[in-house]
Amino acid sequence: MRRQTRALNTEETSEFGQLQPGVTLQDRYLILGVLGTGGMGSVYKGRDLHFPNVTKLVAVKEMINMATDPTMHEMVVRNFEREADLLATLSHPSIPRIYDYFTHDRSSYLVMEFIEGRDLEAILRGSDDFLAEEQVVAWAIELCDVLHFLHGHKPQPVVFRDMKPSNVMIDQHGHIRLIDFGIARVFQPGEKGTMIGTEGYSPPEQYRGEASPAGDLYALGATLHHLLTRRDPRSEPPFSFAERPIREINPGVSPEVEGVIDGALAYDPKDRYQNSEGFKNALMVAAKKTGLLNSRQTSAALQPRNEVEALWQFECEDEIRGTPAVWEGKVYVGCYDNNVYCLDADDGEFLWKYATEGGIAATPVIDDGVLYVASEDHRLYALTAEGGRLLWTYYAEGPLRSTPSAVEGHIFFGSDDNHLHVVNTATGRRAWRVEAADAIRCQPLVAEERVYFGCESGDFYCVDFRGEIKWRFRAKRAITSSPILVDKMLYFGSMDWTLYALEAEGGWQVWRFRLGGPTIATPAFHEGRLFTGSADGNIYALEARNSREAWRFETEHQVNSSPVIHEDSLYSGSVDGSLYCLDIRSGRKRWKFTTGNAITGSAVVSQNILYFGSTDHRVYAMLT
Amino acid sequence: MSFLQRLFGRGKTEDLDPQDQRTADTAPLDPDRSEITPVEDIRRHVLFGSAQSVGVERDHNEDALFVLLLNASGFDAIPDFGLFVVADGMGGHRSGERASAISVQTVARRVTQETLLRLFEEDDRANLPALHELLREALEEANRSVVELVPGGGTTLTAAVLLGEQLTIGHVGDSRAYLVQNGTTEVITRDHSLVERLRELGQLTPDEAATHPQRNVLYRAIGQGDNLEVDVFTQPVPRGGHVLLCSDGLWGEVADEEILRIISSTTDLQQACEELVRAANAAGGPDNITAVLVQFPPPAT
Repeated sequence: MRRQTRALNTEETSEFGQLQPGVTLQDRYLILGVLGTGGMGSVYKGRDLHFPNVTKLVAVKEMINMATDPTMHEMVVRNFEREADLLATLSHPSIPRIYDYFTHDRSSYLVMEFIEGRDLEAILRGSDDFLAEEQVVAWAIELCDVLHFLHGHKPQPVVFRDMKPSNVMIDQHGHIRLIDFGIARVFQPGEKGTMIGTEGYSPPEQYRGEASPAGDLYALGATLHHLLTRRDPRSEPPFSFAERPIREINPGVSPEVEGVIDGALAYDPKDRYQNSEGFKNALMVAAKKTGLLNSRQTSAALQPRNEVEALWQFECEDEIRGTPAVWEGKVYVGCYDNNVYCLDADDGEFLWKYATEGGIAATPVIDDGVLYVASEDHRLYALTAEGGRLLWTYYAEGPLRSTPSAVEGHIFFGSDDNHLHVVNTATGRRAWRVEAADAIRCQPLVAEERVYFGCESGDFYCVDFRGEIKWRFRAKRAITSSPILVDKMLYFGSMDWTLYALEAEGGWQVWRFRLGGPTIATPAFHEGRLFTGSADGNIYALEARNSREAWRFETEHQVNSSPVIHEDSLYSGSVDGSLYCLDIRSGRKRWKFTTGNAITGSAVVSQNILYFGSTDHRVYAMLT
Repeated sequence: MSFLQRLFGRGKTEDLDPQDQRTADTAPLDPDRSEITPVEDIRRHVLFGSAQSVGVERDHNEDALFVLLLNASGFDAIPDFGLFVVADGMGGHRSGERASAISVQTVARRVTQETLLRLFEEDDRANLPALHELLREALEEANRSVVELVPGGGTTLTAAVLLGEQLTIGHVGDSRAYLVQNGTTEVITRDHSLVERLRELGQLTPDEAATHPQRNVLYRAIGQGDNLEVDVFTQPVPRGGHVLLCSDGLWGEVADEEILRIISSTTDLQQACEELVRAANAAGGPDNITAVLVQFPPPAT
């Protein structure tokens, strides 16, 4: 079978030759020229000679009956008649008036009102710029009106079935006219025919032969999508509008209008506007921009909580810049007042604190009953997690701003002295260290006898347990984000605005994603997606497999926190002072909790309670 | 002396005396080792096989194929690298074979130029261009070449780049990449055919899709115009399993279960590919057939 390389063909030119100018039909209609060609014949500009003193222009639509079999022929004639009868009964300002119908040889002719203007496909072709959103919305509202009229037709609704830019004309008054009722049908529920309608604009159910009024609304949504993005859906995989969000292509479109059109393009008809009134109302609301459009996908799980309260709060004496740790009913958090605090996880009651001599930016780590605290006073402290009793300290040669990793009897951490230090936890003595190009501020990742970490020069290292550098990667700016390893792929962000995905064995760059700004957040991974935050204010969800963005959520300031995932929610703080809870699948906000100042650290979840600190000096605990 | 004696400078060996019961001295067995266990430390490499056929109904082959595989071992050796490409051309008057050939050459050239030799450079290694971008650009370049040089021609193209433990695939059209492991086959590429799209949306059952009159209609192929959209994705290599790249001349005629059976029936990859091709021809062979089969050794324990 010979393969076609294009999606289903749209038009095919008639092979019987067009009527030439000068030919007169029925001794009345003088053919002046061709306006266009369609699937079944041409549309001509003509003049009605019954009005000799004026030039009464008409449009003459020709329908050539190519069926040779008598039964087929009869059926085709009846189809033509049906269009004529339909149009004869429809009276609406947006539908061309029909004046006459006759058959001549193998062809039938419809004589209609001549419309001076251009169809929307021609209008799109006539310019390289995006059409004005207000104009498109105005047309859309008129189209809803005519669809409302058609769908409300008595005794049976009329389904247009072929809504698309080339079937909408804009007349000399700037109003829409729906043309080409060739396949419009009186709707019989339950009836199925063959797929008809233009690929790209037709809804999925129309491929099964089910054409209903809801299908016209989908096609209208598809038409509006095309008009606003200038992307012809016939050149794209069918039903893939969700892959081409309007605002991504044309940022000039308002989110409200984008939301309305998305609502018409859901591929389950039950999820679309149920009638053109609904669609029109939504458009009008969006047009007036009176508030945000409600999401049609609201389910009980997404009902925003209006009042979100903390379970408890505890106030320290200075900013909390880092992330807390939880162990056996206790919360540990470092503060810029040089102390590490130990609080009761249930009620936030103060248990004890330990004073170091420098600020604590790193997250405390508990391993085997020992609490490790890295301080800017150059020291790593090992304390008993229970009571905060000092076991040993280790001195590096620069401030410690990196969260340690405890693995197999050793503790790995970086320092501003440009070294990665590896200390034996039993003795507090250094086992080995490795020099990097600059300060190391991320948490090193230890996996399968390799240590992975980035540093402030942008270099990223893979080192073995003897301290030998196995490979090295270079980003353009600092890597303060800690790497994560999933299925032998490493993911981390850089201040060079990029999230990198490297193959862990050799450090080969498999893909990268450009964010809107620098990132220091450590990515999180969940069900095939990566989540991270950026100084551009957004929280991103990316598909790890093909490096495509799934969604992004905008906060009001930089996002330096690393996202935390618990059940089907994602939690992240923002420098705007709020802690956000988003639905992990869609990125929609469930709730947000506002603190007194920027949140730069991340949250941690234990036993369904979320703990985090803010630069407003407080530690918060909230129910997830 | 006889002739032989002069030649060899010595006499015949003595006939063994059947009464002589002497045996040679041998070293005594180490009493601590009651049995000798053979040490098996054989490093296995990635291997491939490939086969093509014009098929039964066609008179020339419009499929194209490219395979490059690199294995190295030793201290700090570069990881396995491979590039496997299958393309199925279309369009009248032999445009198909030109379209597929140009596309495969363009992709092979771009990918090897930007990755292969750089693998050997210590410093350059970490600065390989991101694979996703590279593959996407390579297929886009192939598209521009075909649009310019073979008007009216088009081709599918599925390229798999092996780098260490990851397999990255760049794909347009309805040739396929299968993952075969743990006794199952899975198609990891998406057919860019109208019918597949409908099946994805639940509008057609797989059986309806297989017999649909428009099942060969593609909505995406190389050479169709500007703005080519390429599927690119990465997944871990199937350790202990196989990856099969093939044109629809194979998968359209041979069911997944049969593909699995043939691949599992032999360790000879070349034989497996030839058997797959034979199976497609036996089923009627309406189209050109191409198969590339890559085997990945199980992880070292």
